[in-house]
Amino acid sequence: MDYFIQIVTDLLPGLNGLPQWLVIPSIMFLFGALIFTGIAIYSLIILWFERKIAAHMQDRLGPMEVGGWHGWLQTVADAVKLLLKEDIIPAVADRKLFKLAPYIVFLAAFAVFAALPFSDKIIGSELNIGIFYILSVSSVGVVGILMAGWGSNNKWALFGSMRSVAQFVSYEIPIGLSILVVVMSVGSLSMRDIVMAQDGGIFNWMIWQNAPFNFIAFLILFIAGTAETNRVPFDIPEAESELVAGFHVEYSGMRFSIFFLAEYANMLAVGIIASTLFLGGWQGITGASSAPGIGLIWMLLKGFLIVLVMIWFRWTLPRLRVDQLMYVCWKVLVPISFFNMVGAGIWIGLSS
Amino acid sequence: MPDLKTEEMVVQMGPQHPATHGVLRLEITTDGEIVRKINPHIGYLHRCFEKHCEELNYHQIIPFVDRCDYLAAMNNEHGYVMAVEKLLDIEIPERVEYIRVIMSELNRIASHLVALGTYGLDIGAITPFLFTFRDREKILDLFEMTSGARLLYNYIWIGGVAFDLPNGFVEKCFEFIDYFLPKLKEYDDLLSYNKIFIKRTAEVAIIPPAVAIEWGITGPNLRASGVDWDLRRDEPYSIYDKFEWDVIVADGRVGVLGDSWSRYYVRVLEMEQSASIVKQALEGLPSDENVKSAVPKKVRPKEGSVFFRSENPRGELGYYIISDGSDIPYRLKMRSPAFCNLSAISDVGEGLLISDLVSLLGSIDIVLGEIDR
Amino acid sequence: MRAYFIDIFSGVGSVLVGMRVTFSHLFTRSVTEQYPREKIEMFDRSRNRLHVDIEDCIGCYLCDKACPVDCIHIDTIKARPGEDLGLTEKYEKKKTFVFPKFDIDMAECCYCGLCVFPCPTECIYWISDYEFAEYDRSNLNYHFGNVTPEDARVRYEEAEKLKIQKDKEIAAKKAAAGTEIPSQPKDDSTESAE
Repeated sequence: MDYFIQIVTDLLPGLNGLPQWLVIPSIMFLFGALIFTGIAIYSLIILWFERKIAAHMQDRLGPMEVGGWHGWLQTVADAVKLLLKEDIIPAVADRKLFKLAPYIVFLAAFAVFAALPFSDKIIGSELNIGIFYILSVSSVGVVGILMAGWGSNNKWALFGSMRSVAQFVSYEIPIGLSILVVVMSVGSLSMRDIVMAQDGGIFNWMIWQNAPFNFIAFLILFIAGTAETNRVPFDIPEAESELVAGFHVEYSGMRFSIFFLAEYANMLAVGIIASTLFLGGWQGITGASSAPGIGLIWMLLKGFLIVLVMIWFRWTLPRLRVDQLMYVCWKVLVPISFFNMVGAGIWIGLSS
Repeated sequence: MPDLKTEEMVVQMGPQHPATHGVLRLEITTDGEIVRKINPHIGYLHRCFEKHCEELNYHQIIPFVDRCDYLAAMNNEHGYVMAVEKLLDIEIPERVEYIRVIMSELNRIASHLVALGTYGLDIGAITPFLFTFRDREKILDLFEMTSGARLLYNYIWIGGVAFDLPNGFVEKCFEFIDYFLPKLKEYDDLLSYNKIFIKRTAEVAIIPPAVAIEWGITGPNLRASGVDWDLRRDEPYSIYDKFEWDVIVADGRVGVLGDSWSRYYVRVLEMEQSASIVKQALEGLPSDENVKSAVPKKVRPKEGSVFFRSENPRGELGYYIISDGSDIPYRLKMRSPAFCNLSAISDVGEGLLISDLVSLLGSIDIVLGEIDR
Repeated sequence: MRAYFIDIFSGVGSVLVGMRVTFSHLFTRSVTEQYPREKIEMFDRSRNRLHVDIEDCIGCYLCDKACPVDCIHIDTIKARPGEDLGLTEKYEKKKTFVFPKFDIDMAECCYCGLCVFPCPTECIYWISDYEFAEYDRSNLNYHFGNVTPEDARVRYEEAEKLKIQKDKEIAAKKAAAGTEIPSQPKDDSTESAE
C-alpha cells in the first residue's frame, strides 16, 4: 500500500495539497476502484474464455459474431444487456434482504482482494495475518447467499441457499487445514512472507516441499476451493437441473450479474490464493524478477491457469448430490487433510 | 429437539422446470430435501390426438402419429402402419420391410442418444449432451436424405414407404455405423463410468422387477429391472426374426438391478445392438422391388377391430383400432409406453431426495408429447 | 478401509479419464456451420416450402382432400368457352379452370407432404427455399391463384349469367318436350348423389 501511495502521489502531485486525513481515504478509494475495474474486466475475459473452451470441448464454436474475431466482444455485449435489463423484484420478496444480498456476496469476494499479493509491491494491505483475514472474510459471502435465498421467498431459492450454507461451512475446514500446512512450514501468516519463503525458482515452491504433504494439501485446497466457489461438480446450490437456478432464481438484470461477478471474482481469488501459497506467488519459474510488471503478470498467469482448470472441471463432470457433497467433505477431505497436517508437522519437526 | 416444529413443504416441480423434459408438473411434498409424496400432473401438451383420428382418414393419421413421440417418429409410424395392415390383411414387399426396420432401428439409436444426453444434463454433465446431439444429427441427415424431413417424417406408409432409398444411402449408413460405434466408448469414458455419475445413479430409485411388471413398465426400463422381454424377439413382427442380435437385459454390473444406472446403460448397449441390426439389414437388403407396389389405392378396412403392439424406444407401443367399414377409423386408442412408465414414479419416487427424483425422472426417459397425446 | 481408498482412487481416476476426453476434443475440429455465411446444401427430398405451378393445375382438389390440416384453400371457376389459358409445362393446351384462389397457408402446414403425392400433373411440389420467416403471420399464406379478384368477380357474374341462361334453355327444352317427363324426381336423385 505504501508503494501504491507513493506512486499515486507522484502521479498526482495535487493530492499533497489535500488535508492529510483525506489523502489516505482517497487513495484507498482509488485502489478499490482499480481492483473493481480489474475484476470486471477479468470477468469479461474469463467468461469469454469459458464459453470458448466449453464450445470447443463440445465440438462447437461458441459465439462468433460480436466484435469480429471469434466474437471477443460477446461478453461485453452480454454485460451491457444485463445492465439494461429490467430489475425485477418479486412482489412477495423481502425487499431489503433481496436488494442487499448480491452486494454482500460481492463484498465478501471483493474484500478478499485487499490482502492478496499481486506482486512484490502491489498489495492492498500488508497484513501480518493475511491468510487468516482472507479465510474469515470470504465466509461472509454465505450470509449474502442465505439472504438471497430467504429474501426471494421462493422455495427453490430456499433449497439452494440451505445447501449453500451447509457447503460453505463444511468446506472451510479442509481449506483451513490445508492452509495450515503451509503456515507451519513457513512460520508466518503473512502472505508476503509466504511468497518470500518460496524464493529461488520452481523447485523451491511450496508445492514440492515436505515430500507429499504439501502436494496433497494443494490438491485439497484446490478441490475445496472449487466447492467454495460453487463450481461443478460442487454447484449444488445452483444445480440447474434440480433447483432451476438455486439461490439466484428470482434475480434478474444488474443484481444477477453481480452474483455472476462475485462467482468469477471468487474463482480468481481461489486461483491467486492457491498460487500464492503453493506455486510461488509472483515469482517466476526461475525466481523473482526485479522488473516491476513481471510479478503481476506471473501472478495473474498462475491464477488464470487454476481458473482454467476449474472451467475444465465444469465442462467435464456431472454434479454431486447433497449428501455426497457432505461425504466428500467430512469423510474424505477433512480426514485426509487432518492426517496430512499431522504428517507435515512431524516431517517439519524431524527435518528441522 | 422434540419441540422443534417442522412442516412439510409442497413444491411445484414444473411445468417449467429443466428436469421435467417438457411440460410435466410434479407436485411434490418435501420434508427438507426428502420427497414424501409425488403427484404428477399431465396434460399440458394435450392435443386431442385420439379425437383427431376419428376425423381423419387412415393415411392422414400418419403425420399425427409422428407428433406423439416426436423423438421416435419412425417407430410410431411403423407400429401404426403395421396395425392398419393387420386390419387390412395385406402382404408387404420384402424390401419395404427391410427399409422399415432400418429406419426404425436408426430412429431407436437417435432416440436413445437424446435420452443419454438429456440424462447427462439432468445429472449435471453438459458435454455428453452436445456429443450425443452431434451424433444424432448424422442420423437425422440420413432421414432427411430419405424422407425429406428431419423430425416428423411421414415416411412409412400403409402398404409401403413414401420413397425408395436414395442413391448413396446404403454407403452413408455404413459410414455412420462405423463412425458411431467408437463413440459409445467415448460416452462410457465421459459419463457412464464416471465415478460421480455412478454415485448419482447407481442404487438410486430402484424399480424391482415385480413393481415394474405391476405398473406396466416396458421397454428398456423393464429390461433394466432384469426382466428378459423384448417384443422384437418374443413376438416378432416385421422381419426382426431374420437378424442375429441380443436382447439387452441389465446385469447389475454397477449398482443393483433396476436402478437408474441400469436404465441408462441398457440404452447404451441397445444402441450397439440396433446398429448391428441396421448393419445386417443393409447387407441383406433385397434390390429392385417397387416399394409402393402394395400401397392400397383406398384404405377402407372391413368392419372390425385390431390391436397391434410394437417395441418403441420407450417400450411397448400399442394401437387399438376399431373400423366401421369407412375410410375413417371409428376409434383409435394408443397405448403409449412413456405414460405407463411415468405412472410408476409416484410409487418409486417416495423417500428419495430431490436430486434423486431428477435422476429417476431422467432415467425413465419420458416424452411428454406421447404422454399427453 | 481398503474399499474406501479404492473408492477415492477410482473416483479420481475416472475424473481424469473424463477430463482427457474433453481435452482431446478441445483440439478437434468443430462441427458447427456458421449458418448465414455457410449454407448446407439441401437434399432433393427436403420439405421446406410448397410451391404450385398454377399453369399445370387442373383443379382436381386432390391435394386439398389429402391435407390433414386443411391448409390448402382452392376456388375454381370454369374457363370461358374457347379461352386460351396458355400452355402447360408439357406444352399441352390448358383448359377447364381458372383459379381465383389457390392459397397454401404455410403457417398451418404440417409439412407432411401428403398433398404432393396424389397430384396427377405434379404441379404442387416442395422447393428448397427455407428462409421465409415473416413478421406477420398472414404473410405466410401464399397465394398461387392466377386470376385477380376483379377479374374473378367478372367471371363469377359471367358464370352466373351463363347458368341462368342454361337454366332458361333447359326450361325451354322442358316446355318444348311437354310436361309429362318426370323431371322433378330426377333432380332429386342427382342432389342426393352429390
